[in-house]
Formats: sequence, C-alpha cells, structure tokens
Amino acid sequence: MALLQRVAENGRRVVRFTLDGRPVEALEGDTVMTAMLTNGDRLRRSEFADAPRAGFCMMGACQDCWVRTETGERLRACGTFIADGMRLLSDGEWTS
Amino acid sequence: MNAPVPPVIVPRLAPLPPVIVGAGPAGIRAAERLVAAGLRPVVIDEAARWGGQIYRQPPEGGPFTRPKSALYGLEAGKADAVHRAMAAIRDHVDYRPRTLAWNCEAGALDLLSDGAVETLPFSHLILATGATDRVLPFPGWTLPGVFTLGGSQVALKFQGCAVGRRVAFLGTGPLLLLVAYQYLKAGVEVAGIFDTTPFLTQARAGVGMLRDPVTFAKGMLYLGWLRARGVPIHYNVRPVRAEGTERVAALVWRDAKGRETRTECDAVAVGLGLRSETQLADLAGCRFRFDAADRAWLPERDAAGRSSVPGVYLAGDGSGIAGADAAELAGERAALALLEDLARDHGGRPVDAARVAELDRRLTGIAAFRRALNAAFPFPADWADAIADDTMICRCEGVTAGTLRAVGRSGQAREINRAKALTRVGMGRCQGRMCGATATELLARALGTGPDGVGRLRAQPPIKPLPIATTIPSPAPGEGVKCDRSPPRERATPQAGRSHDA
Ligand SMILES: Cc1cc2nc3c(=O)[nH]c(=O)nc-3n(C[C@H](O)[C@H](O)[C@H](O)COP(=O)(O)OP(=O)(O)OC[C@H]3O[C@@H](n4cnc5c(N)ncnc54)[C@H](O)[C@@H]3O)c2cc1C
Ligand code: FES
Repeated sequence: MALLQRVAENGRRVVRFTLDGRPVEALEGDTVMTAMLTNGDRLRRSEFADAPRAGFCMMGACQDCWVRTETGERLRACGTFIADGMRLLSDGEWTS
Repeated sequence: MNAPVPPVIVPRLAPLPPVIVGAGPAGIRAAERLVAAGLRPVVIDEAARWGGQIYRQPPEGGPFTRPKSALYGLEAGKADAVHRAMAAIRDHVDYRPRTLAWNCEAGALDLLSDGAVETLPFSHLILATGATDRVLPFPGWTLPGVFTLGGSQVALKFQGCAVGRRVAFLGTGPLLLLVAYQYLKAGVEVAGIFDTTPFLTQARAGVGMLRDPVTFAKGMLYLGWLRARGVPIHYNVRPVRAEGTERVAALVWRDAKGRETRTECDAVAVGLGLRSETQLADLAGCRFRFDAADRAWLPERDAAGRSSVPGVYLAGDGSGIAGADAAELAGERAALALLEDLARDHGGRPVDAARVAELDRRLTGIAAFRRALNAAFPFPADWADAIADDTMICRCEGVTAGTLRAVGRSGQAREINRAKALTRVGMGRCQGRMCGATATELLARALGTGPDGVGRLRAQPPIKPLPIATTIPSPAPGEGVKCDRSPPRERATPQAGRSHDA
C-alpha cells in the first residue's frame, strides 16, 4: 500500500532503491519521504507505543520524518533526495 | 549635578557584506534592493532552490515539467516575478542554498552546509525566515496520513503527490480552501472541508476583507468551485479523532450542536493558520512582545523592520503573519532601513525617500487587512480545552496533555520553560515548532491565565538537529569552542564508522 499518491510529474527518470530489503522504484527528484511513502505506509515505528509514523510537515519543521538506512545512517526524509542504490528501512525499531 | 559626560567615541568598524536568511519573497526583495545599492549580500536558505514557501520551486532534475500556471494558479504571475528577481541578481549575491543557519550569537551565524559547519560573522543581518503551520493535536494525529495543511500543499507543489486518495481538510485560515481547491483541481477527491470557524464569523469578517478585494475574491472563487463540485463544507467543527491502526481510515468530528459524524478518508490535512519561525531572532537577542492577533510571542520590529538589536532587521512572515504580498514589501523596506543605517553610520548614498514613503503606505494598508483576516479565521482556543489528558501533545518526546496540565495545576511550573524542563515538551527534535502553541495554551488554562501569561518558549542552538556526520572544524589554537553545539539527542548514539567532533 502507498500513503502518497502521484498525481503529476510522472515522466521523470526512474530511481531504484530498496525498502526493507525489497527492490522498489521512485522517480528522480523524489524526497526519501516521497520515495518511501509511494511504496509503503510509514517511515518508521516510533519509540512510543510502537506506533507507525509517516512525517507530518514535509518542510523540515517537525523533525518527525527521520529514517534509518541499513548501515545505520539517519536521514531526514523530507529534506533528502532519493538516490539509486539507497537501502532504506521502515521497520527498524527507532530509538533516539 | 555632574558635568555632562562627553560621548564615548566608538570606532566604526567597516561593515561586512549584509547577510539575509531566507530566500522567500521577503528575502529576495531585500536582496534585490541591496544589490541595487551596490552591495553584495549573502543569501542563505535551507532549501535547494529560491522561492520560499508560497513560491517554492520543484526540485531540479527529474525533469519536473509542470508550468508555473499549474504550480501556482492565480499566483503564477507573482511567483514568476519573484523567481525572476532572484535570477536577475544571482551573480551579484553570495547565494548559499541547502544551508541551514542553526545558531546566531555575538554577531555571527553558525551555518551547516553539506555536512560541514562554518561561522559567518555579520554586521547587518536581515531575518526573513518565514512560517510553518500552526497545529493543535487531537487523538490519532500521529497516524500516517495526517499531515499539516501546508505540508499537503508541499507534497503537491514540490513532489506532484497527493497525501491520499480521499482527503479531509480540517482547520481554519485562508490556506484551508486554497489547498482543498488545489487538490480538487489535481483530480483528488476531497472528503470535506471541516472548518473550525462559525460561518457567520467568516461572513461578517469578509466585509473587513473587502479592503483587499482581490484576495477576498480569490477566497470566494475557491469556495464557489468547491461548492459547485459538491464538496461538503462544514463550519464550526471540532475534531473528535482520526481513526485507523496503521493509517488513517476516517475522521470523526463534532458539529456545533455536539453531534458526532464519521467521515471516511485516507488522509487528513490539518492547519490552524501559521506560526512564525522566530528562533534566530531569539538567539540574536531580539526583544519579544506578545502579539494578540497571532497569539504568539514575536520579535519586536518598528514599521521599517528594525529589531531591538542594532544591525538586525526582520521581514516577512518570520516576524508576524501577513502573507506573501506583505512579505515582498517588508523585505524591501527592511533593506532600505539597513541602507539608511549604513548611510548614517558609515556615510553613503541616502535612500530613495519616495520609495520609502510608498512602501510604508502600502504596509499600513496590509496591517488592516491582517486584522480582518484574523477576525475571519479566529484561533479555536476551546479546541485546546477539549484535548483529552491521554492525547500525545508532543510528537518528539511522547508527552501527553495530562502530564503538562499536571505540572501546571500542582504549581510546579508557572512558566513554559519550567514546564519544558519538567516534562520535556518543546525539548525534542522539533524544538516546540509543533507542540509550542498547544503547550502554551494548556499551561495557561491550567494556571487560569492567557497564553501571554506563561512566558515564551526560548530557542536553543542548534535550532534544528545537526546530522551526526557533521564535521565541526577544531578551534584554532588558543581559541575556545564557542558553545556546546551538541543537539539535544541526535548525538547521543555515535555511530560506527562515522567520525564526528570530539
Ligand atoms: C506550506 C505553506 C504554503 C503557503 N502558501 C501560501 C499561499 O498559497 N498564499 C499565501 O498568501 N501565503 C501562503 N503561505 C504563507 C507564506 O508564509 C507567505 O505567503 C510567504 O511565503 C512568506 O514569505 P517570507 O519570505 O516571509 O517567508 P517564506 O516564503 O516562508 O521563506 C522563508 C525562507 O527562509 C528559509 N529559512 C528559514 N529559516 C531558515 C534557517 N534557519 N536557515 C536557512 N534558511 C531558513 C526557508 O527555507 C524559506 O525558504 C504559505 C505558507 C506555508 C508554510
Ligand atoms: S516531515 Fe516534518 S521535518 Fe520532515
């Protein structure tokens, strides 16, 4: 399932990355947030009550969109662009 | 009486290039005016491209192909003019995109760009930092599918995406109808407009807005469009909860008579007007005052944009919400104030007095429009009263409304920064951007006072978390590290293979 729906700008170059180990596609110019949420329902599970989170403001204000990569790097999903070969996690336990 | 003391002669240091934070309408018009006077300002913006919030441009590459008419609708002409203004001066400014100004003290800004920090001293600084959505929480507001209203617009404008297939629009303010209209135009189903304002309040205040007939007419156009396409518009609504387990499935809401209704939707866009980004002004030492219209503490500025700190100027929505047209005017006016001060202190060409008078006249008109806007879209203060004790008010730290109320009622916290220390509300990654309004309203109620009676949530550097990989150059020999730059918690867990400062 996807949280975000593409309604325009679909003619962009395809970018390939993995989400929880699964190969998926996004488009050049997508943020990590768009790339993940057009392929899934969440960015991570929050440290509170194991609840899913998917960001909130999309403009760098709420800081609720941090995600982890397989190598343990932490990215702010709404402020980072997707790149070929990124290996992103949405089911990683989140502890800050 | 003593003889008069002769004035101390302060040697005037040569001014540095002026620095502008923010490349939105305010920052761009300020830069344009400074370039016209022969200066070469530094223009800093966190975003990759200029334009600010309203005139935000899609990313480079892709390629993204929508024309400006599709991106900005009725504002396309203005967006284009602002973009062109910046393009025209591009070679005459030191433009620093993708650069965050994360601290401001002792005449210097701390910047972060591509993972590296730099200190930029300034003699003259224009803060044009803009605004983000003001929100209040409700049960379910952290579920995937609940986004801010502005964020929902960013998704569309910046990414060509809708936040859902069937979206409910909840809140108040001019953006509510605008974003719903933009979604409908993009082919997205609008589950309804859930406006917190009573219909009559808006209708009456509309008369005041006739001072700006163009803006008023646009609002009517969006409303007519939504109505004609059968979008249900409900007034005087309060949210009960967003339902769903892994993502939003419905919005349950209450009308003025207390009846509850469940509206199915897969996304909720929520916004209650905007709140100014004031952290840098705070760290720069600017004096603040409580602004009843914005229901917020704002840095003081005179009509020209001078703050209480000499050499620091304020323009645009970052120091009081007045919209994009006002931001353009205020940006130019603040640049003229800066030039007036330069001429006074260092000698230089006097500024164009006729232009100053013209800008001052137009800014006065906007102040009246702003009052009408605030009357038309009042902040629903009772929403805060209705927040249940077990509702999470702080998304970063998981603090509940009950926890905050308790420290107020028990007398442990009579002031917001004390409440922050005790509960961690406002201490997390967002630094109170999302929870500050709620925490203030709740504490004020618990103490039986108004939002002006509990003090102001103070900003702390870094105003946004720095990535762990940030390289901070080691201080030169004999020079101390200026401040503790460790962000609240992001650095708590250093990662293998990642070097960062010791
Ligand atoms: C999502 C959104 C949509 C909006 N849409 C409309 C609309 O359609 N119509 C309307 O009239 N108004 C709209 N507004 C209101 C908007 O605030 C103003 O219209 C206008 O953008 C204000 O211009 P500005 O130059 O003051 O600030 P902005 O346009 O917000 O520009 C501020 C700039 O400063 C940068 N910045 C801030 N802090 C820092 C920092 N610490 N370091 C580096 N850079 C920084 C930001 O990245 C941003 O680019 C919208 C606001 C938001 C948040
Ligand atoms: S979604 Fe709010 S900071 Fe990224």
